[in-house]
Amino acid sequence: MTSLPVSTEKRLGLAIDLDTCVGCQACVTACKGWNDQGYGVPLSDQNPYGAEPSGVFLNRVHSYAVQPIDGAAQTINFPRSCLHCEDAPCVTVCPTGASYKRSEDGIVLVNEDACIGCGLCAWACPYGAREMDAAAGVMKKCTLCVDRIYNENLPEEDREPACVRGCPTGARHFGDFADPDSKVSRLSAARGGYALMPDLGTKPVNRYLPPRKKDVRQDASILAPLLDIKASGFAGWLDRVLGKI
Amino acid sequence: MTVQPKIDTSPPVSDEIRKTTCYMCACRCGINVHLKEGRVSYIEGNRDHPINKGVLCAKGASGIMQVTAPSRLRAPLRRVGPRGSGAFEEISWDEALALAVSWMKPLRETAPEKLAFFTGRDQSQSFTGWWAQAFGTPNYAAHGGFCSVNMAAGGIYTIGGAFWEFGAPDWERTKLFVLFGVAEDHDSNPIKIGLGKLKERGARVIGVNPIRTGYNAVADDWLGITPGTDGLLILSLIHCLLAAGKVDLEYLARYTNAPLLVVEDGPEKGLIAKNAESQPFVIDRRTGAPAPWDGKGVQPDLGASYQGNRTVFQHMAEKYLAGEYAPEAVAARCGIAADRIRALAAELAHVAFDQAIEIKQSWTDFRGDFHETMPGRPVSFHAMRGISAHSNGFQTARALHLLQIVLGTVEVPGGYRLKPPYPKPMEAHPTPHFVTAPGKPLSGPHLGYVRGPENLALKEDGSPVRIDKAFTWENPFSAHGLMHMLIPNAHAGDPYRIDTLFLYMANMAWNSSMNSAKVMEMLTDKTPDGEYVIPRIIYSDAYASEMVAYADLILPDTTYLERHDCISLLDRPISEPDAAGDSIRWPVVEPDRDVRPFQSVLLDLGARLGLAPMVKEDGTPKYKDYADYIVNHIRRPGVGPLIGFRGDGTAEGRGDANPDQLARYIENGGFYQAHVPEEGAFYKPWNMAYQDWAVKTSFYESPQPYLFSIWSEPMRKFQMAAEGLGPIQPPDHLRARLKQAMEPLPIWYPPFGDLEATGWGYPIHAITQRPMDMYHSWGSQNAWLRQIRGTNFLYLPTKIWVEQGFVEGDYARVISPNGGITVPVAHMAALNEHTVWTWNAIGKRKGAWALDAGASEATTGFLLNHLISELLPDKGDGARLSNSDPVTGQAAWFDLRVRIERVGAKTQSEPSFAPIPRVVPQGGERA
Amino acid sequence: MHPAPSVIVFSVLSGAGFGLLFYFGFGFAHPSGLMAFLWWGLGYSLAVIGLLASTFHLGNPKRAWRAFTQWRTSWLSREAWASVAALVLLAPMALSDWLDLGLPRPFGWLGGALALLTVFTTSMIYTQIKAVPRWHHWLTPVMFLSFALAGGAVLAGQSFAAVFLAALVVMLLAIWQVGDGQFARRAQTLGTATGLDRIGDVTVFEQAHTAGNYLLREMIFVVGRKHAQKLRAIALALAAVIPAGLLAISGEVWAFALAAICHLIGALAARWLFFAEAEHVVGLFYGKR
Ligand SMILES: Nc1nc2c(c(=O)[nH]1)N[C@H]1C(S)=C(S)[C@@H](COP(=O)(O)OP(=O)(O)OC[C@H]3O[C@@H](n4cnc5c(=O)[nH]c(N)nc54)[C@H](O)[C@@H]3O)O[C@H]1N2
Ligand SMILES: Nc1nc2c(c(=O)[nH]1)N[C@H]1C(S)=C(S)[C@@H](COP(=O)(O)OP(=O)(O)OC[C@H]3O[C@@H](n4cnc5c(=O)[nH]c(N)nc54)[C@H](O)[C@@H]3O)O[C@H]1N2
Ligand code: SF4
Ligand code: SF4
Ligand code: SF4
Ligand code: SF4
Ligand code: SF4
Ligand SMILES: [Mo]
Repeated sequence: MTSLPVSTEKRLGLAIDLDTCVGCQACVTACKGWNDQGYGVPLSDQNPYGAEPSGVFLNRVHSYAVQPIDGAAQTINFPRSCLHCEDAPCVTVCPTGASYKRSEDGIVLVNEDACIGCGLCAWACPYGAREMDAAAGVMKKCTLCVDRIYNENLPEEDREPACVRGCPTGARHFGDFADPDSKVSRLSAARGGYALMPDLGTKPVNRYLPPRKKDVRQDASILAPLLDIKASGFAGWLDRVLGKI
Repeated sequence: MTVQPKIDTSPPVSDEIRKTTCYMCACRCGINVHLKEGRVSYIEGNRDHPINKGVLCAKGASGIMQVTAPSRLRAPLRRVGPRGSGAFEEISWDEALALAVSWMKPLRETAPEKLAFFTGRDQSQSFTGWWAQAFGTPNYAAHGGFCSVNMAAGGIYTIGGAFWEFGAPDWERTKLFVLFGVAEDHDSNPIKIGLGKLKERGARVIGVNPIRTGYNAVADDWLGITPGTDGLLILSLIHCLLAAGKVDLEYLARYTNAPLLVVEDGPEKGLIAKNAESQPFVIDRRTGAPAPWDGKGVQPDLGASYQGNRTVFQHMAEKYLAGEYAPEAVAARCGIAADRIRALAAELAHVAFDQAIEIKQSWTDFRGDFHETMPGRPVSFHAMRGISAHSNGFQTARALHLLQIVLGTVEVPGGYRLKPPYPKPMEAHPTPHFVTAPGKPLSGPHLGYVRGPENLALKEDGSPVRIDKAFTWENPFSAHGLMHMLIPNAHAGDPYRIDTLFLYMANMAWNSSMNSAKVMEMLTDKTPDGEYVIPRIIYSDAYASEMVAYADLILPDTTYLERHDCISLLDRPISEPDAAGDSIRWPVVEPDRDVRPFQSVLLDLGARLGLAPMVKEDGTPKYKDYADYIVNHIRRPGVGPLIGFRGDGTAEGRGDANPDQLARYIENGGFYQAHVPEEGAFYKPWNMAYQDWAVKTSFYESPQPYLFSIWSEPMRKFQMAAEGLGPIQPPDHLRARLKQAMEPLPIWYPPFGDLEATGWGYPIHAITQRPMDMYHSWGSQNAWLRQIRGTNFLYLPTKIWVEQGFVEGDYARVISPNGGITVPVAHMAALNEHTVWTWNAIGKRKGAWALDAGASEATTGFLLNHLISELLPDKGDGARLSNSDPVTGQAAWFDLRVRIERVGAKTQSEPSFAPIPRVVPQGGERA
Repeated sequence: MHPAPSVIVFSVLSGAGFGLLFYFGFGFAHPSGLMAFLWWGLGYSLAVIGLLASTFHLGNPKRAWRAFTQWRTSWLSREAWASVAALVLLAPMALSDWLDLGLPRPFGWLGGALALLTVFTTSMIYTQIKAVPRWHHWLTPVMFLSFALAGGAVLAGQSFAAVFLAALVVMLLAIWQVGDGQFARRAQTLGTATGLDRIGDVTVFEQAHTAGNYLLREMIFVVGRKHAQKLRAIALALAAVIPAGLLAISGEVWAFALAAICHLIGALAARWLFFAEAEHVVGLFYGKR
C-alpha cells in the first residue's frame, strides 16, 4: 500500500486554532493516554523516572516567541502532530507497505505488524510527526484516532480524536476538509487557515488558523473628560456627573 | 498495490467506566475512569460535569501516571534515625495510630494549642477544621494564607465574594475580558473553556501581566505591567472613568454603599453614619430626607450631604480624581504608557456603557422594587495571585473590585458572576474563634472575618493566641491563617513553643515554604538539651515528597482514585454561577499498599482521642470511615456535607441524612447540582428570588441582601485604632503601617519588598508562574509530565539579556537580600523589562519523588524560594514581621527583588542539597 | 541527522563492495582460482556485510523480508531487490572465475550493471528526502556512485583508480560546496515552517518537551562547524588525496591495499559527515538545524 490513493473520499484532519491555543499540553497527554491503550503497541517510555527520560508522543506542543516589526513580542503556542498529507512522502518511502494512506478518509497510518522500524518514513516527514517506539521497534504516529472516530462502542459525541475532545479551550477542531460545509472547512475559510511548508509539496490536510491581529488599541478619545475638573472644581464635577442621572 | 489493511475501528474501549473527581489540582473536574480487568486503563473528562464539561488538562489526562507512580508511600513509617536522615521503619497502622494518640492525648488534656494542625491544598477543610475544633487547638489553618487570601478577603470584604474560584465572568455574554495576574488559577479548566468561548465569539481579551504566556499569550492586547503596581494602574483607570463621568451611577446608588454617609468628625470619624436604630441610611433623592438603605422605592442620592457628612461616593470621587492617579503620574511606575492606560479606560467605558446588554427577565430586588429586565455591562475581570501575592495585594484586590463596581459590572449580565454559596457578605461569615480550654473543644470555627479590633485573636497581654499570629495587629484580616509562618514561629518560640506539628498534604520542606533551606534547618534544629526545637512532626502525604524525610511519623494516604472525598458547599464546592454544586470522590480502585485515606484516619484518631463529635455515647467510634461521615454528619439541622439526594433522596440542600446518598451521587456521575432559578441568575446579592433560593438551599438561614463595600468600615475601625481612637490599641510599632494599610477606600502603596530593596541595589522583580502542565511539586513524579517539563530556566527580559551579554546555555547568579542561587537562564522578549521569572516548583531535591538523583529536576531545576525570606528585614525594633500583606497575612511571594550576574555555562543549579535518603525505592520502568 | 554507525558502515562497505563487483561483472578484472575466490569473496562480503549491518538499525529486523514488497514506490525496497538481484546474477560469473568455467564475460554485464544500480538505489534513499535539503539534489547519487566507482577501482586494482580518486576530490569539494548552501537555498526558516513569519520574527521560547525524544536523537544532530571542517580535511585526505598519491607512486599490490584501507577509512569519515552535517527541516521546529 505504499502507493498513495489517487484521491480519498474524505479528507479528515484537524484545524488548529493558534489564536486560542494556550499551550496547556492537555492534548499531548490526552493523546498519550488514549494511544497508550488504543491503536497498536503502547507508547512506551524509557527511563521514565531516570536522569534522561524519553518516550513516544504523537502530539507535541511548542511555544514560540514572535517579534512583530513594531509592537510587543508575542508568545504563540504551536501544537504539532501528523497533518495527514495528501502527498505523504512518509508513505511512498516505506519499503514494507506498513505506512499507508487510507483511501476512504485519507488517514495516514502505520500497520505496525508490517513495520520493520527502518525509520525512513520519519526521515521523509518534514513535520516530525513520526516517532519510533524504542520498546517495540515500530513507527508510531498520530492515527487521527481512527479507533475513536468510527468507534461504535463510544457515544456518538465522543467519536472524535482524544486531543480534540480533551482540549480545554476548544482550539482543536476535527472534520472533513473535503466537505466545504464542514466545520473545519468553514473555519479554515473564515480564518485563513494555512498549511505548513506547502512548498514541500506534501499537501497537508490539517490547517492552522493564524493568530488574530494583536495589540490593536482602542481610541482613547471616546473618554473625553466630562469637563475640566480644575476649572469648575470638584463641586462642579459632581454637579455635572450627578446631573446626568 | 497491496490491499489496504483492514483495521478494527470499533475496538471495545474498556470493561467499565467509573465516574469520579480529578485531584491533580484543586479544580475538581469530573473524570471518567476506564477500567480494564480491574486496572485503570484510561482517564477522560466527564462531559456532563459542570466544571470541565468533558475536557481535561494535561495533569488530569495523565492521572494514570499518578496512580501508578513509584513514589507512592506504601505503609506507615516511624522515624528511627535523626530527623531528616530518612531512617524510617515501617509500622502497622495500629502502632502508628497508637503512637499519634500517645503524643496528642496529653496535649489535649493539658495544652491543646501545643498541637498545630495545618493542611495544604486538600479539599476537606470544613472537615479538618471541624476536627481541629473538636480537638480544641486554636492552631489550625489550611494553605490559603500562603496562597491567595488577599483575593478571598479582598473580595469578601468588598463584594461578598471573590475571584479565586468563587465566581466567573459571564463567558456567554461578556465582550471584553481583562485578566490581571493569572497564569492558571484553581479554575483551570473553566477559565480555558471560557477563553475558548470568547475566542469563538471573537470577544476581546486583555492580559495584564508582566509575562506574556498562556492566557496572556492568546490575549488580544497585553499590558506588561511592572509587578506590584496593579493597584496604581487600576486606580488610574478609575480616575479616568470618573473624570469622564463614565461610571454607573444607578448601580452605585442602588447596590453599593456609595450613597451611605461617612461621619466627618468626632469619635466616629470615618465610620458610616447610623440612625437611631444603628442602621446605616441614605438620603432619598425624592425627598431629600434620610431613608432606610433598603427601603422600598428609595432612590439613594450619591451627592447628598447630611449634617455635615458626605456620601462615600463623594469621598471616593474626590480621592481618585486627584492628580496622583492621573495616567501620566503612574505610567513610569507601572511600566505602562499613559496613553495606553487612557485607551484601556476608554475601552472599558465604551463596552460597559455603549455596548450595554439586557436580558428580558424580570426580578424583584431587596427593596421590593420590581424590575422588568436585567441590564448588563459586558465587561468582566478576573484576577489571581499576580495581584494578591504582594504585600499590597489586599488593597489591590479591593481596587479591582472597585473598578468593577464603578463600571456596574458585578453580578450583571456580561459581567462578573458569583457562584453559590456566594454572594455572601462578610457579616454572614463567622468571626474567628480561638478560646481554648484543656480537654474541651474550641469555642467555634477557627477562621473567620474580623469586623473590628474586638475580634482579634489576642491574649489578655496582647500577645497572639495563634502560633501563626493570625488575627493580630500584624495582619488583622488573616482569614486563612498564615501557614508560611507556622514553622518559623514554632522554631522561634514566638509567640510560644508547640509540641506537635501535624501536617497534611503540604510540602513544607520544599516548595511551599519561603526560605526553604532555612526551613529544613528549622525542622532539624535541636535545643541545647538535645531535643528537637519542634519536638514532634506527624505528616500525611501520599508520595515520597521532600517533606516526608522531616517527619517523625508518616501516615501514608491513598491516591485520589482510591478513596472517598467530599467537595462540599461547606468548603470549596464545584458551583457555577447558575448552579450550586458539590461532588465526591470514591474508591474506583482498591489500594494495593498498606495505606489509608487520611480523612478516615483522622476520624479514627478522633475516636481514639475521645473527641466528642467523633464518638458515640458509649465511647465507640461514631463514624466507620469518611464515607460514613460524608453521609451522616450533620453540621446544622438538615445540613450536611452534601446538598444532593438528602432525606428520601429528593431533598436538595436541606434534609435528613440519606444512607443511599453516595450511591446516588455515583449514579449521577459523582456530583450534584442545584440550579439557581432563572429569575435569580443575576443581581444575586439584591435579588429576592436568589436570596430565597439560597436560604432554601441552605447557604444561610435568612435572606442576606447587602450593599457592596466601597468604603470598608472594618478597615476604618483598625485605622481609627491606629490613630489612637478606641479602647483596643495596637502596639506602637505597627501604628503607621496600619494607618496606611487599613485605609477604608482602596489605595496603593509600594510593596514592602520594593521599599526595602530598591535602595540596596536589587532592581529586578523576580516572580514565578504556575505551569499549566504541572501541579506544584507532584507533577514531577508523573512519567509523562516530567518529559514535558523536567527542568526550568530563569527567563530574562531582552534588556538584561543584552546588557549583560548572556548567551544560550548560560547560568546566572541571582541575588536577593536573603541569599543567592545560581541557575540556568533563557531569553524571553515578551516580558516586562524589570522582571525575571521561572516556573514554580519544578526544581526537586535529589532523592525525592522516586526520581533518579541525576534527574534534571534535581540538577538543573531550581526553586526561587531560597531567595524569599519569610520575614521582613528587621527595622531595628526587633519586631519579626512576616513577609506578608499587612491586612491579611498573605505571603508576599511576588515582592521578591533581586539582582542578576552572568556566570557563564554550568551544569548544576545551586544551592544543590545533599540527596535525601529514599523512603521508597527509585522508580524503574513505568507501570 | 544522527550518524548511525550501522548505516555508515553499511553504505560505505556495500558501496565499495558493489563497486568492486561492478568491475568484476564487466570484466575489468577477471581473477581466477583461489585469487578469484578471495577477491570475489571480498566483493561479496563487503556487499553482504553492509546489507546485514543495515538491518541493525531496524526496529524489527525479523520482518526485514517485507522490505521487498514496495519496489514500485520505495527506493529502499528497490535497493533490496537490486542488491539481491546483483548478487544472484553475478554468482555464475563469480563461480566461473573461481572454478574456471569459462563463462563469457557478457554474462556478468547485467549483474555488474545491477551492482551499480544498487548503489544508485541506495543513494536515492537519501536523495529523495526533501526534508533533508543537503541530500535532496543530483550530486548525492553522483557522490555515492563516485565512491563506489573509485573504491571499487582501488579494490579491483585498476590502474585508472588514481584518476577516479582524483575525481572524488572534485566531487567531495563540490558536494560540500553545494550541500552547505542547500538549506539556505530552500529559504525554510522557523518562521516559514510554522507559518508564523506572517506575524514577525520567530524564535523558540520553550521546547515542546525538556526530555529527549526520537526526533531530537535521530533528526537533530548538531555537529560543530570547526569539528566538521577538520573532519572534511581528514575525509578528503584519506578517502581521495592520499590513496591517489599512493597509487601515483606505485602500482604494487601493497600500494593498492594501503590505498584501499586508507580510502575506506576516509569514506567512513565522509559518510559520517554526510549524515552528521545533514539538517532535517524538523529541526526548525526546535529552533535547531
Ligand atoms: N516561589 C513560590 N513558591 C510558592 C508559590 C509561588 O507562587 N512561588 N505558591 C505558593 C502556593 S499558592 C501554594 S498553594 C503552595 C503549594 O505548595 P504545597 O502545598 O506544598 O504543594 P505541593 O507541592 O502540591 O505539596 C503538597 C503535598 O501533598 C502531597 N499530596 C499529593 N496528593 C496527596 C494526597 O492525595 N494525599 C496526601 N495526604 N498528600 C498528597 C504531595 O505529595 C505534596 O507533598 O506553594 C507556595 N509556594
Ligand atoms: N497547573 C497548575 N494549576 C494550578 C496550580 C499549579 O501548581 N499548577 N496551583 C494552584 C494554586 S495552589 C494556586 S494558588 C493557583 C494560582 O494560580 P495563579 O494565580 O494563576 O498563580 P501564579 O501562577 O502564581 O500566577 C501568577 C501570575 O501573576 C503574574 N504576576 C506576578 N506578579 C504580578 C503583578 O504584580 N501584577 C500582575 N498583573 N501579574 C503578576 C505572573 O506572571 C503569573 O502569570 O493555581 C492553582 N492551579
Ligand atoms: S489542549 Fe488545546 S489549548 Fe492546550 S495545548 Fe493542546 S491545542 Fe493548545
Ligand atoms: S505529516 Fe508527516 S507523517 Fe503525517 S502524512 Fe505528512 S509526511 Fe506523513
Ligand atoms: S519505519 Fe515502518 S512504517 Fe516507517 S518506513 Fe520503515 S517500515 Fe515503513
Ligand atoms: S488525533 Fe488522536 S492520535 Fe492524533 S494527535 Fe490527536 S489524539 Fe493523538
Ligand atoms: S484542572 Fe486538570 S488537574 Fe485540575 S482537576 Fe481539572 S483535570 Fe484535574
Ligand atoms: Mo495556592
